[in-house]
Amino acid sequence: MSEFFAMGGYAAFIWPAWGLSALALAALVVLALLERRAATGRLRRLENDEA
Amino acid sequence: MLSYFSNPQRFDGLARRVIPVLGVLTVLLLGIGIYLSFFGSPPDYQQGDTVRIMYVHVPAAYMAMALYAALAGASFVFFVWRHALADAAAEVIAPIGAVFTVLALFTGSLWGKPMWGTWWEWDARMTSVLVLLLVYLGYMALRAALEDAQQAARAGAVLAMAGVVNLVIVKFSVDWWSSLHQPASVIRFDGPTIHSSQLWPLAIMALAYTMLAAWLVFYRLRSRAVIQRARQIERRKLQAARAAQSTQGSGA
Repeated sequence: MSEFFAMGGYAAFIWPAWGLSALALAALVVLALLERRAATGRLRRLENDEA
Repeated sequence: MLSYFSNPQRFDGLARRVIPVLGVLTVLLLGIGIYLSFFGSPPDYQQGDTVRIMYVHVPAAYMAMALYAALAGASFVFFVWRHALADAAAEVIAPIGAVFTVLALFTGSLWGKPMWGTWWEWDARMTSVLVLLLVYLGYMALRAALEDAQQAARAGAVLAMAGVVNLVIVKFSVDWWSSLHQPASVIRFDGPTIHSSQLWPLAIMALAYTMLAAWLVFYRLRSRAVIQRARQIERRKLQAARAAQSTQGSGA
């Protein structure tokens, strides 16, 4: 197990590369979801005001 | 086909069906790709385990370029045919492409340090990818700076099309100038030169990244339609309020 995480001595390069990728891609997805939530909320409020 | 989907309702119907499919494919392919990257492929005979950085570096770099091609293509369609959806696509693609470019640069740096002995080299490939990032950021800044939406869209389209020159330089930089960065080993005229045990995780990760990027683009395009509808209502309200004010003013 620890051998796996050691990555043949290159752990300090491999894990940051993967971690950064995971973090950035997850952030893109979360931001897209939040953008949709904010947009639908704003539209609903405006439509309620109008009605 | 293009004019068919330039109808907003029809596009929304398509996007609504496509988005969940892309989401499921992304999760499945990422699962398989990550498994193959760590357990289904051996360490490289020269690079050891650092080859596992390739499975996130190359797909990120490929998406950085593919999304730029999409940005330029959408810009061209908007510029020539004035399709609003093409402009919306361009606007939505740019920040996603910029993030993939940042990832390509950082993962490349983390791969370069142990294998080349340096985080960074001002060689043609790295410099042109850095320029690609600057073009993405410049495109976003230009659109944000211009207040008139039509003007911003048109100026952005011109910038995006001009940036294609740099995209070509990125692609061929490793053939035109030999330096630290290795030449292409997957997309070549004579077929891939890398071993299948490394090609499979790479191909699946690249496909997973493609599905994720497509999901992001479609998802954000649908959100944009909602935002535009909200803006329309706001504008209508503002006009109504102004009209009310002016009649009040004339009565006083």
